Amino acid sequence: MEILATIRIALRAILRNKLRSLLTVLGVVIGVCAVITMVNMGSGAQLSIEKAISGLGTNLLIIFPGSMTKGGMRAGFGSVTTLTDQDAQAIREECPGVQLVTPVVSTAAQVVYQNQNWGTSILGTDPDFQLIKNWPLEKGEFFTAQDVKAAAKVCVIGKTVVEKLFGGQNPVGHIIRVKRVPFRVRGVLTEKGQTSFGQDQDDTVVVPYTTAQKRLVGITYLSMVMASAVSMDRMSDAQAQIGDLLRQRHHIQKGTDDDFTVRNLADLTATFTIITGILTLLLGSIASISLVVGGIGIMNIMLVSVTERTREIGIRMAVGAKPADILMQFLLEAVLLSLIGGGVGILIGIILTATIEYITGWTTPVSFFAIVVSFLFSAGVGIFFGLYPARKASRMNPIEALRYE
Amino acid sequence: MKQFIFADQLYKTYRLDGNAEVHALRGVSLQVGKGEFVAIMGPSGSGKSTFMNLLGCLDTPTRGRLFLEQVEISSLTPIQLAEIRNKKIGFVFQNFNLLPRTSALENVELPLLYSRASATQRRERSREALARVGLQERMHNLSNQLSGGEQQRVAIARALVNNPSIILADEPTGNLDTQTSGEIMSILGDLNTISGITIILVTHEFDIARYAKRQVHFRDGKIISDQ
Repeated sequence: MEILATIRIALRAILRNKLRSLLTVLGVVIGVCAVITMVNMGSGAQLSIEKAISGLGTNLLIIFPGSMTKGGMRAGFGSVTTLTDQDAQAIREECPGVQLVTPVVSTAAQVVYQNQNWGTSILGTDPDFQLIKNWPLEKGEFFTAQDVKAAAKVCVIGKTVVEKLFGGQNPVGHIIRVKRVPFRVRGVLTEKGQTSFGQDQDDTVVVPYTTAQKRLVGITYLSMVMASAVSMDRMSDAQAQIGDLLRQRHHIQKGTDDDFTVRNLADLTATFTIITGILTLLLGSIASISLVVGGIGIMNIMLVSVTERTREIGIRMAVGAKPADILMQFLLEAVLLSLIGGGVGILIGIILTATIEYITGWTTPVSFFAIVVSFLFSAGVGIFFGLYPARKASRMNPIEALRYE
Repeated sequence: MKQFIFADQLYKTYRLDGNAEVHALRGVSLQVGKGEFVAIMGPSGSGKSTFMNLLGCLDTPTRGRLFLEQVEISSLTPIQLAEIRNKKIGFVFQNFNLLPRTSALENVELPLLYSRASATQRRERSREALARVGLQERMHNLSNQLSGGEQQRVAIARALVNNPSIILADEPTGNLDTQTSGEIMSILGDLNTISGITIILVTHEFDIARYAKRQVHFRDGKIISDQ
């Protein structure tokens, strides 16, 4: 029998019992819809994490001092005092893969403005900081290299600090006190929001690192050095160059542990990509279980349908339908049911994804791959669960089928 | 007369659930020539329906041989049997056996669907067949909107549409009143005399059997008279 006529017969059979077909298809609709939504949400989460990480800075490399072994005890990061301003200088001058370098001294302190006070993190850096972190100012201006050289008592502050100390006021030009040292506010950083680890990046006071060293902490070394690579694909080059340079400068013998660590945010991104990838797969496979359940629903209804239409099968056989014709007819009906379910499920899945995108503010790209796979999968479900009822129909004895009431 | 149907010592034994055996046919031999109109008569349980099922390629005999146009159909596969049902045999049943909620035209098209005729061919030949039974006006009506006589005429058109060499009519008038029965029988009679189609008619009514030129009586799985 020609395929077009078979499809017409199958469609008519489906439309004949509209409510029943609708309920049958619902299982597949929910299954496919769940798969699509889960996969899209997974890739949405992945994107938003990538965005958050790249928001930490572009092509960022962070050099931590630390992990020095002392008598078998390995202290954590920051426990050593070996990373210095000169190291930062040398990295800037001698590593061709590195574009920008900024020394960082970090501490935490109580900051006071008039009768308001607020505990926040203090970041001592230099003007390159805002380039490396990709962090423009909202108001005022950044402190200058001159300020750094002179260890001037100036600062730029994050939005959260502005809110806590100044309320609605413009803080530029005012004096805040950090550990009793007065700092003039030069500018306000734009709002950057939370890191993907839940840390508020706007809750900070940025001062010249020299000032932080001398006035606030009383040290001569650095908490860390931030550097940016010339480009994304030269990250590992830059990383290696920094490593070589610092080993040489710190006189580290071959075979002993480095007293510093170079962290590369690309690694972090890769880790998160793997984690979200696993999550997506997990969610997708849980969702696909509902697709299988939907398939069982189709099988159930097809079995009922075959029994109900025994007479019809008998008539068709009497006028010359071969077992293969009957098989095709019922199989196609099951496949059409599941494909209709798949199509509707894809549509609802896309709508649901858009809704979630709207609510969460994530960018959730609609995965073409997920659509194709779930469509093929629902076709597969139709074939798999339609085969048994269709075989049952095709193996009927025509005489008994004709007599069936 | 050319041997058109040739049954040679046909036996059919059914096994019931309780393992009891039912001997529906016990050695039936019959020859029918091309263009004959034969009525098969007998009480229920005489084996006439079983014999019709064998003739109609719906079933195969337990023992014995059956030839249709020199082809031994008693040893064919289900697929080959389906093909013969499609091309050579037209069925007319007591309860019409039309597809419900399907138009008359589409019911008639059904055999052509399985012989891979093109859509236009299907339409054309089905219209023709419906015209032959005088139903061209009602071809778009659904089968369940038609009267019993009309439904049986649709069934005859369906039997005709693939130009079969034989029509098997199993109690075709069993569900119809006398007048409609007469109409149906005269249609069958015309098909026999004008178109030369061999017709085998199963009935237990003598009035209906009169339309046939030859009557074969069955009893207890055997032929008891043939005249």
